[in-house]
Amino acid sequence: MFEPKIVAFFCNWCTYTAADLAGVSRMKYSPNVRIIRVMCSGRIDPELIVKAFEKGADGVIIGGCHPGDCHYQNGNHKTLRRYKLLKGLVEQFDIEWERLRLEWISASEGEKVQRVSNEFTEQIRVLGPIQMKGGRVVHG
Amino acid sequence: MAEKPTVAFYWCASCGGCEEAVVDVAHGILDIVNAVNIGFWPVALDFKKGDVEDVPDGFYAATFINGAIRNSEQEEMVKLLRKKSGLVFALGACAHLGGIPSLANLTSKEEILEYVYRRSPSTENAQNTYPAKVYRDAAIKLELPEFFDRVYPLNQIIDVDYYIPGCAPPSELVADVFMKILKGELPKKGAVLSPNKSLCSSCFLNDTKPEKLLIKELKRPHLTVIDPDKCFLLQGLVCMGPATRTGCNERCIHGGMPCRGCFGPLDGVLDQGLSMLSALGSILDFTPEQEKELDGVIGKIGDPAGTFYRFSLGASIFYRQDGKRGGE
Ligand code: SF4
Ligand code: SF4
Ligand code: FES
Repeated sequence: MFEPKIVAFFCNWCTYTAADLAGVSRMKYSPNVRIIRVMCSGRIDPELIVKAFEKGADGVIIGGCHPGDCHYQNGNHKTLRRYKLLKGLVEQFDIEWERLRLEWISASEGEKVQRVSNEFTEQIRVLGPIQMKGGRVVHG
Repeated sequence: MAEKPTVAFYWCASCGGCEEAVVDVAHGILDIVNAVNIGFWPVALDFKKGDVEDVPDGFYAATFINGAIRNSEQEEMVKLLRKKSGLVFALGACAHLGGIPSLANLTSKEEILEYVYRRSPSTENAQNTYPAKVYRDAAIKLELPEFFDRVYPLNQIIDVDYYIPGCAPPSELVADVFMKILKGELPKKGAVLSPNKSLCSSCFLNDTKPEKLLIKELKRPHLTVIDPDKCFLLQGLVCMGPATRTGCNERCIHGGMPCRGCFGPLDGVLDQGLSMLSALGSILDFTPEQEKELDGVIGKIGDPAGTFYRFSLGASIFYRQDGKRGGE
């Protein structure tokens, strides 16, 4: 069975804390998801996301505080806008936009981390390994 | 007097504008011509590949290559020139970042050839001519250069010492680089020879931007009456100034048009298109409750890749850099 590699960028104040909660509550979730903690979802430069794909991630999850709850007021507003812009762009590069997912998960929603991680892993499993157009190595 | 250095010029997938920028150095060119020997310049003088093969390795003190790499002939020539040169300069946006030709990377080689040789409305091809690497008939066997799967900036094929940005590079910039070479004032290897600051930082319209720039709409330049005295981003036009290196004297802004990014990104930025996308994401004034309106505005960017990567698609991290040709 294809085991997708998934990179999850979670903000320190909500989603990462929720992942911690899932852990201490012994909720099992897909081990395919590798979490990277960032201070705020607004800190996730689109470059980091595409770099993750370029390095072989089959899917990327962005997790931030619910609107209104961002520790830095509106970092997550920027995240949403960049996410929307990026979705339009990745399609032009023949990358399915379903490989990118944004979720608002608060510190108390450990079970949402579990559900999203499991759901997303299955979704990427169905899509199969990422094919980046530039990955077609040419031999002259 | 010390021996005059010999320089070489070559062009690959390009429009000829960079060669023009060299010629346009105009009165300056005479000084330059006096100061150097031109060892190879096929666009202006009669030279053949054999002339390059005949000189010893490292013979040309400086070689200026413009244009991206689209086929195996270009690859062969730039590899040969690399061997025969002390310093290699990527001249212009195509050699630097892939340039306009690299927008073709959004279309596969097969689709391109199929369209050009078979399907375009103006194609008349009764004999069904179609490019192939090897052509044979009863009498002859011909080998032709191979059309690659994609367009490559120069540094994905050979080692490049310096970059002269711009589409085309302003001739003052070219003249300045010549002077730096002659005076031995070049910076560290790998440098882009233009200040490492954003175009906005030097733009004369920067002062018209409010402290906190936020915009509610996006407009297309050809459908808009543009106010030449107000920052274009503030007017809702995608101006690449925040994600573009300065050094062009804001020539498009002076001409009343938003910047399209030909000078490429600043040092340390991996991907100019994503850097602009990020900047735009910061200033679009919509909250998550206004998602519908946001979708509508974003939908107005008809061609995001063509907008954010007008001159830098070939260098984008969307193309795996380990697909590198050349193996240098
Ligand atoms: S966005 Fe464009 S017009 Fe505005 S300051 Fe920057 S370069 Fe000038
Ligand atoms: S304004 Fe932008 S597109 Fe125009 S020359 Fe300068 S860098 Fe290039
Ligand atoms: S701190 Fe969580 S999204 Fe900004």
